[in-house]
Amino acid sequence: MDLYSLTLREAGELLAKKQVSSLELTSATLEHIHRTDASIRAFVTVSDETALAQARQADERRRRGEMVTPLTGIPFAVKDCISTKGVRTTCSSRILENYLPPYNATVIARLAEAGAVLIGKHNMDEFGMGSSCENSAFFNTHNPWDLERVPGGSSGGSAAAVAARMGTFALGEDTGGSIRMPAGFCNVTGLKTTYGRVSRYGLIALVSSFDSIGPMAQDAYDCASVLQVIAGKDPHDATSLSAPVPDYLKDITQPVKGFRVGIPKEYFQAGMEAGVESSIREAIRKLGELGMEIQEVSLPHTKYGLPVYYLILFAEASANLARFDGTRFGLSVSEGAENVIDLYLQTRREGFGAEVRRRIMLGAYVLSAGYYDAYYLKAQKVRTLLRQDFENAFEKVDVLVAPTCPTTAFKLGEKTADPLAMYLSDIYVVATNPAGVPALSVPCGFSNGMPVGMQLIGKHLSEDLLLRLGHAYQSVTDWHKMRPGMIQ
Amino acid sequence: MSVYEPVIGLEIHAELLTHSKMFCGCSAAYAQAPEPNTFICPVCTALPGAMPVVNEKAVEHAILVGLALNCTINEMNQFARKNYFYPDLPKGYQISQYDLPLASNGFLDIPDESGGGVQRIRVRRAHLEEDTAKLSHEGDHALVDYNRAGVPLLEIVSEPDMHSVESVLAYATRVRAILRYLGVNSGDMEKGVLRFEANVSVRPTGSSELRTRTEIKNLNSFRALTRATAYEIQRQTQLYENGGEVIQVTLGWDDLRGITVSQRSKEEAHDYRYFPEPDLPPLEISRTRVEELRTRLPELPEAKSLRFLQEFGLTVKEAALLTSEKSLADYFERTVALSKSPAKTINNWISGEFLRYVNDLGLDLDGLPVPPENLAELVDLATGKVINDNSAKAVLKEMFQTGQSPKQIVEAKNLAQVSDEGYLEGIVTRVLADNPKEVASYLAGKETVFQWMMGQVARLTKGKADPQVTRQLLLQGLEKARKS
Repeated sequence: MDLYSLTLREAGELLAKKQVSSLELTSATLEHIHRTDASIRAFVTVSDETALAQARQADERRRRGEMVTPLTGIPFAVKDCISTKGVRTTCSSRILENYLPPYNATVIARLAEAGAVLIGKHNMDEFGMGSSCENSAFFNTHNPWDLERVPGGSSGGSAAAVAARMGTFALGEDTGGSIRMPAGFCNVTGLKTTYGRVSRYGLIALVSSFDSIGPMAQDAYDCASVLQVIAGKDPHDATSLSAPVPDYLKDITQPVKGFRVGIPKEYFQAGMEAGVESSIREAIRKLGELGMEIQEVSLPHTKYGLPVYYLILFAEASANLARFDGTRFGLSVSEGAENVIDLYLQTRREGFGAEVRRRIMLGAYVLSAGYYDAYYLKAQKVRTLLRQDFENAFEKVDVLVAPTCPTTAFKLGEKTADPLAMYLSDIYVVATNPAGVPALSVPCGFSNGMPVGMQLIGKHLSEDLLLRLGHAYQSVTDWHKMRPGMIQ
Repeated sequence: MSVYEPVIGLEIHAELLTHSKMFCGCSAAYAQAPEPNTFICPVCTALPGAMPVVNEKAVEHAILVGLALNCTINEMNQFARKNYFYPDLPKGYQISQYDLPLASNGFLDIPDESGGGVQRIRVRRAHLEEDTAKLSHEGDHALVDYNRAGVPLLEIVSEPDMHSVESVLAYATRVRAILRYLGVNSGDMEKGVLRFEANVSVRPTGSSELRTRTEIKNLNSFRALTRATAYEIQRQTQLYENGGEVIQVTLGWDDLRGITVSQRSKEEAHDYRYFPEPDLPPLEISRTRVEELRTRLPELPEAKSLRFLQEFGLTVKEAALLTSEKSLADYFERTVALSKSPAKTINNWISGEFLRYVNDLGLDLDGLPVPPENLAELVDLATGKVINDNSAKAVLKEMFQTGQSPKQIVEAKNLAQVSDEGYLEGIVTRVLADNPKEVASYLAGKETVFQWMMGQVARLTKGKADPQVTRQLLLQGLEKARKS
């Protein structure tokens, strides 16, 4: 078997038994990337040199028996909105094309401390604004299952990379489905964590009150291993939660009999692709076979999910992106500028793509005097209703199950002309972020040859349960082991 | 009485004396920075991904100020983003507070215009925010120094309750004194740690309407504050008198020309698009924390001033001066405690000669060359008539110059006052005998010659003659001469 296609768990065992070194594993992965990524284009940056140096260090740590963790020597890459010291961090935007952060995001620091090996940065929709990776300012990423199709977004590069086994795991970032939706499109397992469970320090913010970093990997078990390292209170992030971090692997193999599964009826209405629905129904039957109790529940405010999500996104993003002004870092277009306003306008006009500019303008609008109450404040009130929907549902059930996306991956260019159609592909994933709850997307079948994802949504801080259910499902199914034809 | 009455509200921006900045661990002592852009980090330069964390010490300082200004300290606090683009604002928004400020609905009683009573100025709110970077302009470009960016600021907003420049000055001075009493601001106006904005309107006297106001920004000294306010009152009054209208504008103060200048009109005003800061959870301040901090409040200028009136029999004005600085009030009280002389006398010394030397020499009240024990000793020497007042003043000067005790100086210079009547009588007799013409003119009714004779005695005794004894003896001698 090829080293690069091992799961984290498998690779970890070989490393622990010293049957393979991190240098071998990392080199094999880098070679695979250089062979494969030309057609997929999941990476904005591949950091061969630093990766190999870190791999050597990991091997040295293991040789000395110092601070060895399950992640020591494991190669990974992250979505390019996560700051990596000295490694270009672009958000797939012209405005940050050559930006080298002088500091590491907390998640990167924690992974480095655990001995994981950073191999590169993944393409994404610019600043996370998009659902197909087509809003990257640099290039499109292709779905490894069909290169004419999108990988989903905005963590499309991360999903495509894991699907094509270019890196043992990835960190994605989910603002309104950005981990789960591409995970579903690319047949990988992705966890959107509870808001605040994982530090956002160093994550280039899209929506500060939604953004959640989470692991993407071949299966739930691997996601648990990664979450173990990145979860927990961070003094640099005031919104990170101080709740103790459980041992996510401790009960992951325990039976799941008796857990109550809710099927939100609002998620099974018009617009779902037939093959997606049949895959989900089949998966739900499988959960029943595992002894879980299935019942229908209602999330009555579901239809307000998208407008609430977008109104708050516009508002927060417009402020979060104000710092990109061409004065301290990143792109600075000063030629011909007569004053500082010219500098701002030129830099931001050339530095930001169309979708980013559209959302900044909408954000300034919904926050402006006279409109604030009607848009931003109203959205915040409805956000409370969305949260209550979940709270009410979780009084009856332990977990909600729904499709990750109403369709499978669409073709490149299919929806770029119609932003509203693009927004609709996130209809099942957006409501969790305003509510702050965690959700896991797992592969659950195929429709017309393209992967289908199922998401398990839990109450706050129920990552351990979601991972356990995901693992139980993956113990009796093989969908997550399926690999795209191009890398078999 | 003037036909128009000014209506003035004040915003005071006070930097809080904390070790670190408002939202990061960088040193807040930017004035001590060795070079521009050395006290900076990803947070205060707004690098992508950096996040703010609230400085608890700044919160504590703000609560203390809120309590000192008789405010309600709000249990639920929320930071907000105030959005605007400017090169001194790295994030493109300032983290401030908007609809849920830390403190609200307070008041401050200040001496009224007569100086005899008090007037109440309501404090609308006090909220926490962060300072901006410092811009310096060089030729066709500007340089930005982020050392100051993110330094904690407390904005204290009064209601428009002031109706004279004197009240504005009294209020501003008292707020500064309170900040210094609490140790939360150095009060060092030259360093810009305290900045004012005045909202000014005028209305017909006796009316209670609020007319269009103008806002004068960036007043960095008491002098600028009073001059700009006075100018603006006069400008608006003249406008109305000439049948004009006041337009709502933001003004700057041109100190050189002594005029206010329009910076932007209402139409050009910023829409700051405030919304709750999502990077910071709401800040909850428990009752217990507030009450604990209340016990740590020192005696404040107002209470101290009142006590000085009662305890030491001082006037309102005298007490106000002594309590304007805690260190001065402390100095006064220590001197009183160490001295046998009346407090009133000590006040006269302190508010007179003593403060003159302190100010002339630019000294700090802490660590003076003249400790309270020495001043107490000096005042006692003077009240006990061991030295006369003129000598005492000379001794004080010497004390400031050398740091010696008054007794040392009096001994070394042989300044002890001569009150021995027998000795002084001989001198007086000699003066009268040596100056028959002056004696004659005195007896003829020219009484001013008397002072000249006093001077002659002082000259012959090298200034040590007890003036009262001298006066007595001179009068007796002259009376004798009249009869003979």
